[in-house]
Amino acid sequence: MIDYETLKLIWWGLMVLLMLGFALTGGWDLGVATLLPWVGRNDEERRVAINAIGPTWEGNQTWLITFGAALFAAWPLVYAAAFSVLYVALIFTLFALFLRPVGFDYRSKVEDARWRNGWDWGLFVGGAFPALVFGVAIGNLFLGLPFNYDDTMRVTYHGGFLDLFSGFTVGTGLLAVAMLTLHGAAYLYLRTDDAVAERARRAAIAFGLATAVLFGVLGFWLARLPGYQVVAIGDVNGVLTPMQKQVSHEVGLWFANFHAWPRLWLLPALGLGGALLAAAGAARRWRWLALAGSSLALIGIIVTAGAALFPFVLPSSVDPVVSLTAWDAVSSHRTLGLMLGVVVVFIPIIALYTGWVYRVMRGTVTVEQIRRETHTSY
Amino acid sequence: MLPVADVVELSRLQFGLTAMFHFIFVPLTLGLSWILVICESVYVMTGQQVYKDMTRFWGKLFGINFAMGVTTGMTLEFQFGTNWAYYAHYVGDIFGTPLAIEGMMAFFLESTFVGLFFFGWNRLSRVQHLGVTFLVALGSNLSALWILIANGWMQNPVGAAFNYQTMRMELTSITEVIFNPVAQVKFVHTLAAGYVAAAMFVLGVSAWYLLRARDTGFAIRSFAVAAGFGLASVCSVIVLGDESGYATGEVQKVKLAAIEAEWDTHPAPASITVFGLPNQEAQRTDYAVRIPYVLGLIATRSTDKQVTGIKDLIREHEARIRNGILAYEALVKLRQGDTSEDVKRQFDRHQADLGFGLLLKKYTPNVVDATPAQISAAAHDTIPRVAPLFWSFRVMVGLGLLFLFIFGASFWFLARRNLAPQRWLLRLAVVAIPLPWVAIMTGWFVAEYGRQPWSISGVLPTFLSASSIDAGQVWFSLIGLITMYVLLFVIEMYLMLKYIRLGPSSLHTGRYFRETGTPAHSANAS
Repeated sequence: MIDYETLKLIWWGLMVLLMLGFALTGGWDLGVATLLPWVGRNDEERRVAINAIGPTWEGNQTWLITFGAALFAAWPLVYAAAFSVLYVALIFTLFALFLRPVGFDYRSKVEDARWRNGWDWGLFVGGAFPALVFGVAIGNLFLGLPFNYDDTMRVTYHGGFLDLFSGFTVGTGLLAVAMLTLHGAAYLYLRTDDAVAERARRAAIAFGLATAVLFGVLGFWLARLPGYQVVAIGDVNGVLTPMQKQVSHEVGLWFANFHAWPRLWLLPALGLGGALLAAAGAARRWRWLALAGSSLALIGIIVTAGAALFPFVLPSSVDPVVSLTAWDAVSSHRTLGLMLGVVVVFIPIIALYTGWVYRVMRGTVTVEQIRRETHTSY
Repeated sequence: MLPVADVVELSRLQFGLTAMFHFIFVPLTLGLSWILVICESVYVMTGQQVYKDMTRFWGKLFGINFAMGVTTGMTLEFQFGTNWAYYAHYVGDIFGTPLAIEGMMAFFLESTFVGLFFFGWNRLSRVQHLGVTFLVALGSNLSALWILIANGWMQNPVGAAFNYQTMRMELTSITEVIFNPVAQVKFVHTLAAGYVAAAMFVLGVSAWYLLRARDTGFAIRSFAVAAGFGLASVCSVIVLGDESGYATGEVQKVKLAAIEAEWDTHPAPASITVFGLPNQEAQRTDYAVRIPYVLGLIATRSTDKQVTGIKDLIREHEARIRNGILAYEALVKLRQGDTSEDVKRQFDRHQADLGFGLLLKKYTPNVVDATPAQISAAAHDTIPRVAPLFWSFRVMVGLGLLFLFIFGASFWFLARRNLAPQRWLLRLAVVAIPLPWVAIMTGWFVAEYGRQPWSISGVLPTFLSASSIDAGQVWFSLIGLITMYVLLFVIEMYLMLKYIRLGPSSLHTGRYFRETGTPAHSANAS
C-alpha cells in the first residue's frame, strides 16, 4: 500500500479535484440559474435557458454530494467541525438547494404565469445563494473559525452566524457568485441563440471583468491579513491528532507557499488571465474561447485558494494549534487507501458517461425547439 | 462539554422526521424504476406503442417523485455533520466510506442518466433508451445498497476497532462491513418493500382508471405489470423479512426480544406471542396469546438455540457496563500519556465494552465513579420501550399479509380474465395505495427506535453523538425544515394528483381519453 504521507497528500489533491468537478459542471448550472430572471424576458426564453442545463444539471450536482460524502470519509474531522460550526449557514444553503430539483422538474408542469415566475425566482435563489455561501465559507477559512476541542475530541464553536460576515468574506462570497455567473453565462452563450445568447454574451463580458477585479483586490487584501503557517509538526507519515503541531499566525503568511515555490504564481495568473480571456472571447464572439476562459478562471482561482491554505484545511482562530490540516484531519491509512481505489476506478467511468450524455444532448437550444417540444421540455 | 439534552432530543426529532419524510419518496423511486424497465422492455420487444406510453406516463410520475427524493436526501447528508458532529468524528472513518462509494458508484449513475430518460426519447435508439432506463434503476437500487450497508453497520458494527490515539473507531475490514449479515438482510427487505409500495401505487391508480372505465387498454396492462411485480415482491418481502436478521448484533437481540415482548429466556424453541399487552414496569406481557415453537424456528432457524429474554439481556448489559468502566479507566490513562503495558492490556481486554461504559456519562461524567444504582439505571436504558415496538411490528406484518392478499387476488382474477367484475378488488386496490408507506414507516420505526439508546449499537450512545451546538440553532432548522417540507409536499401532491387525473392524456399523443373523448382506449393499440 502507498505510504500514509503520500496518501494524505493525494487526498488533498482529490478533494480539490472533486471541488473542481462541481465548480466546472455544477458551476454553470448555478450561474445560469443566477442569470435566469435577466437572460429570459418571457416564458419561452426562460425555458430556453432552463433546458440548456435541465437534462444534465442533476448529474453535475452529484459532484457536490460526492464532495460532501468524500469529506466525511476522507477528512472526517473537517466534516464534523465545518458542518457543525457553519450550522446556520449550511441550513440556509440547504433550503436554497431544495428549490433546485423541484424547481427544474415542477416549473413547466403547470401553465400559470405566477407559478412559473415563482419557480424562476426559486431557481435564482437556488443558484445564487449557495454560490454566495460557499464563497463566504472559503473566505472564512483564511480568517480562521473560532472552534476548539475538548479532551474527547469533541468540537465546540465560540461564534455566531453573523460573525461569518466581514468585509473580506463578503468579498470572497461576491467573487464566487461572479465567477460562477461568468461560467454560467459562457455556457449559456454556447448552448443558445438569438436574444438569450446575446444577453448571456454581455453577462459574460461583465462578470469576466468583475471576476478579474474582485480576485485582484482580494489578493491584495489577503496580503494584509494574518495568515497561518505550520512551524513544527509530528511525523506526517504517522497517526497525528490536530494537537501535535505548532502554528504561527502573522500578517502575510498566506503567501508563504508562493514565496517558497515561486512557480505557484502561475495559478493566480491563470485565474486572472482566464477571467479576462472569457471576457475577451465573449467580446469577440468566440463562444468556445469564452467557456475555455471561464473554466481556466475557475481552476486558477480555486487552486490558488487551496495552494495558499495548504496544508491547512480549516484553521482555528481561537487556538491555531488545533487548526485542521491535510496531515492531521484525515481518516486512517486503510480508509484513505481504500477510498483512493474507489476514486481511481469510478471517477474515470463517471467522466466517460457524463461526456456521453453531454454528446447525446448536444446542440443549440432554441425558442422554436421549446415550442415544438412544449410538453416534454422543462 | 456534552451536548445539552435539548439538542439531543431536538436533533433526534429532526433526524427522525427528515429521514422518514425522505423515505416517502425513496420506495417509489426504487420500485417504479423497475416497473419502467419492465414496460419499456415489452415496448422494445413487441414494438407496441401502448407500452412506450406506459413507460412515459409512469415515468412522469416517477419524475415528480424523484425530484422530492433528491431534495430530501441532501438534508440527511448535511445532518450527520451539522447535528451529529461527534458521531461523524467517532465513526466517520468507517461510516463515511459507504456514503462516498454510494455517491460515486450509484448516485452519479442515477442522476446522470435520469435526465436522458426524460429528454433522450428522440435522440437515442430504442435499445439505447432502454439501457438508460435500466441504468437509472440500477443506480437507484445500488444507492440503497450502500446506504443500507451504512445503516446495517449502525445496527451491527463489524470490521472496526477503537483507536485511542485518534479517539475514534477505525476500519479494520471493509469486506466485513459490506458483507455484514444485518446489512444484507436489510437491503433485500428494504428493496422488496419499496417494490411493493411502487407496485401498489401503479395497481391502485390503474384500478381507479378501470373503475371509471377510462383508457382501459392502458390501465389493464399497467395493472397486470403491477400485479405480477407486486406479487413477486410481496412474497420476497415476507420471506426475506422474517427475523433472521435479528440473530446477530447486540442491539438486534434487544429488538427481537422487544418486538416479541420476550421478558424471559425460554427453553428452545421459543413460542411466539401473537397478541398481548406488554407491561414494561412489571416486565411481563398481559393477556398473551402464544403459539409454541414458532419464534424459535423463525429467529434462530433451529430447534435448539434460545432467544434471549429482556431480563437476561439487562443482566448481560450490566456486566458489560462494569467491564466498560475498566475500559474507560484505561482509556483515560492512555489519553493522558500513560501507555504502560498494564494499561494497554487492560484496555485491550475490555475495549469491546467501552461503549457500555460510555452509557454512564449520562449519570456521571467521570464514568469510573458510578454507583451500583447508576450502573443498574444505565443497564435498564439499554432496553427501549417495548410496547411501541411490539405494536409497530404487528402493524407491519399484518399489512404485509393484506398486500399478499391484494396482489394474489389481482393476479388470480387477471389470469382468469375475470378482473372487471371484481369491483370490490379494484376499490380495495385504490384504498390500499397509502398502506405500504404505513408498513414501511412502522418497519423503520422498529429498526431505528429499537436501536436506542445507541446511535452505533454497543459502541456510541445517542446522547454523546450530537453536536455541541445551541438548542436555538436546532429549533431554527427544525421549524424551517418542517415549513419547507410541508410546503413542498403540498406542491408535490398537487402535481401528482393533477397528473394522475390527466392520466396518459398528459402525454399529448392524441390517443387517450381527454383528447379522444372516448372513455375506452382500444385494447389493442399498436
